[in-house]
Amino acid sequence: MAATSLRSVNPKFTQTLASPPTKSPPFQSPFLRFNPTTFTPKPLTTRSTFVTRSSAAEPQERKTFHGLCYVVGDNIDTDQIIPAEFLTLVPSNPDEYQKLGSYALVGLPASYKERFVEPGEMKTKYSIIIGGENFGCGSSREHAPVCLGAAGAKAVVAQSYARIFFRNSVATGEIYPLDSEVRVCEECKTGDVATVELREGDSVLINHTTGKEYKLKAIGDAGPVIDAGGIFAYARKAGMIPSVAA
Amino acid sequence: MAPQRSSSTTGSVKTGMTMTEKILSKAAEKSQVVPGDNIWVNVDVLMTHDVCGPGAFGIFKREFGEKAKVWDPEKIVVIPDHYIFTTDKRANRNVDIMREHCREQNIKYFYDITDLGDFRANPDYKGVCHVALAQEGHCRPGEVLLGTDSHTCTAGAFGQFATGIGNTDAGFVLGTGKILLKVPPTMRFILDGEMPSYLQAKDLILQIIGEISVAGATYKTMEFSGTTIESLTMEERMTLCNMVVEAGGKNGVIPADATTFNYVENRTSVPFEPVYSDGNASFVADYRFDVSKLEPVVAKPHSPDNRALARECKDVKIDRVYIGSCTGGKTEDFMAAAKLFHAAGKQVKVPTFLVPATQKVWMDVYALPVPGAGGKTCAQIFEEAGCDTPTNPSCGACLGGPADTYARLNEPQVCVSTTNRNFPGRMGHKEGQIYLASPYTAAASALTGHVTDPREFLQ
Repeated sequence: MAATSLRSVNPKFTQTLASPPTKSPPFQSPFLRFNPTTFTPKPLTTRSTFVTRSSAAEPQERKTFHGLCYVVGDNIDTDQIIPAEFLTLVPSNPDEYQKLGSYALVGLPASYKERFVEPGEMKTKYSIIIGGENFGCGSSREHAPVCLGAAGAKAVVAQSYARIFFRNSVATGEIYPLDSEVRVCEECKTGDVATVELREGDSVLINHTTGKEYKLKAIGDAGPVIDAGGIFAYARKAGMIPSVAA
Repeated sequence: MAPQRSSSTTGSVKTGMTMTEKILSKAAEKSQVVPGDNIWVNVDVLMTHDVCGPGAFGIFKREFGEKAKVWDPEKIVVIPDHYIFTTDKRANRNVDIMREHCREQNIKYFYDITDLGDFRANPDYKGVCHVALAQEGHCRPGEVLLGTDSHTCTAGAFGQFATGIGNTDAGFVLGTGKILLKVPPTMRFILDGEMPSYLQAKDLILQIIGEISVAGATYKTMEFSGTTIESLTMEERMTLCNMVVEAGGKNGVIPADATTFNYVENRTSVPFEPVYSDGNASFVADYRFDVSKLEPVVAKPHSPDNRALARECKDVKIDRVYIGSCTGGKTEDFMAAAKLFHAAGKQVKVPTFLVPATQKVWMDVYALPVPGAGGKTCAQIFEEAGCDTPTNPSCGACLGGPADTYARLNEPQVCVSTTNRNFPGRMGHKEGQIYLASPYTAAASALTGHVTDPREFLQ
């Protein structure tokens, strides 16, 4: 499966891991959350591929996430994403990782009528989180992007991010932190059906419920790192660090 | 790792660098860096605590192998401090996990606690990590210090590069001793003028955050200088740099001077080399403050940038006061509160919780005489004023914590706090209302039962 272009490189994240131009065959990921019977999407054009983030797949030029949106406001800090009382759960422990997912965004105030994860559930029905400015501000807790990924969200589309949250999202490979150019949090509603398309150069958010499309800023060099499954997986692929001894 | 921006350096002309640029270029073994450069940096100190340590080491073992050894067992400092005095089994387990890792890796600095019933029975236990790092001599000018905690930026007060990272980055550092960083541009804050007697560093940083907003310094360095800064003690400088992250800042930094050297040289014999911004360095923003004109401020619920003058909030009725944390639980913070209580000679009107940051702070509260109080200690003054007894040193209720955490906000009450964040639910209850304030303002508010400007009792 290794791409022919992989080779040992100096540890410089500025160098994008070159993706081969050939496209992989359509791939149904076991992580697929989209259930076609619950709604009728607008007819999509050429895309029949629903690919989610999986470290087993080759980095592709295109990535598509399709599902429901969950909309939040500005300055959603990491205490709201995962309150401090749940930080006793250790993310590198698989059982506790799943538990963290069940608490994702439980710190949001009561003014948010819909819960991100229903009480009693472990996973969310929302694939895409729509945020405002400064998403993920506050504490450096890596539990924040981890719980969102563990709950099953694929991407955040926000106007801007706090730096530690952005960095943690990329390092863990848990979720794609994408930048919108306008205030999408005011134009989308929780429950809207949307597609996020990641492409080389430009990416889009398509809200099928409203019919509007939004350009997203290119994720750049952070993309291949998340594609690979985080900084360690990427560093091993690029030959920066040796593989794990058995 | 923010989207890549191209470097603006052309040719081989050496441009002036800011303090942060110099620290990072030295740590990257380069002669020159400019903001935007992605560089691999050698780490001098990595700190972790009970909440993130297990995760960081878990990742280290998963990625480097079960038998892997850390890059340097003398450069890692493990400080249990967040969820210590609790019956929460997972929290207690996390301290045990750290003990195991430290034993296995021969970590030199592990400030352990085993007897939860009496913190004084644990000679190694310190308490709040950022205060302990300073007190134990781990903060040194010119170095790179990383920690699995956002308030690691506190150490920038010592003229070093200090910032918070997540578990995965920490796991990477544990194995390699290096981290990939993007060089931040520097915002300069020049604070001049004589510090009024009723004003503290907390007021200064709340003033600044109110000015630039919670994202005003995102991805940037906040460099503080000026005559006021030079007059601040190390603990006050730590308070200032502590809340840099509340403005989104990557790191805060204060040039090292005699005050710094005096503090550091009394606590460590490790040699260090301070650096200073060049005269022709480029700054991305310049802010100037005449400190003599500033007044005590608070940050109203629910954001650290929701600034208001303390005196304009005098009608806000409060339910409790909390004095503690890396931001406002150091020795000088308690000295200040005690000084105000003593000057007022009154009793508090609301429950007033005192949480010394470290064992040393706790001891100072009980042993040091408060200037101008006829030989009385902080503890005596607090008792006379009707405050709660100073409790076990730890992070306490600053971030809520497990349900049985002392002074946790378990009801929708109004609290004036010397801590660093007041987002919804920060101290526990989602409808709790937290007013961030200086120790002076917190003490004054305790005496009236309303948010109160400390000038009511000082002067």
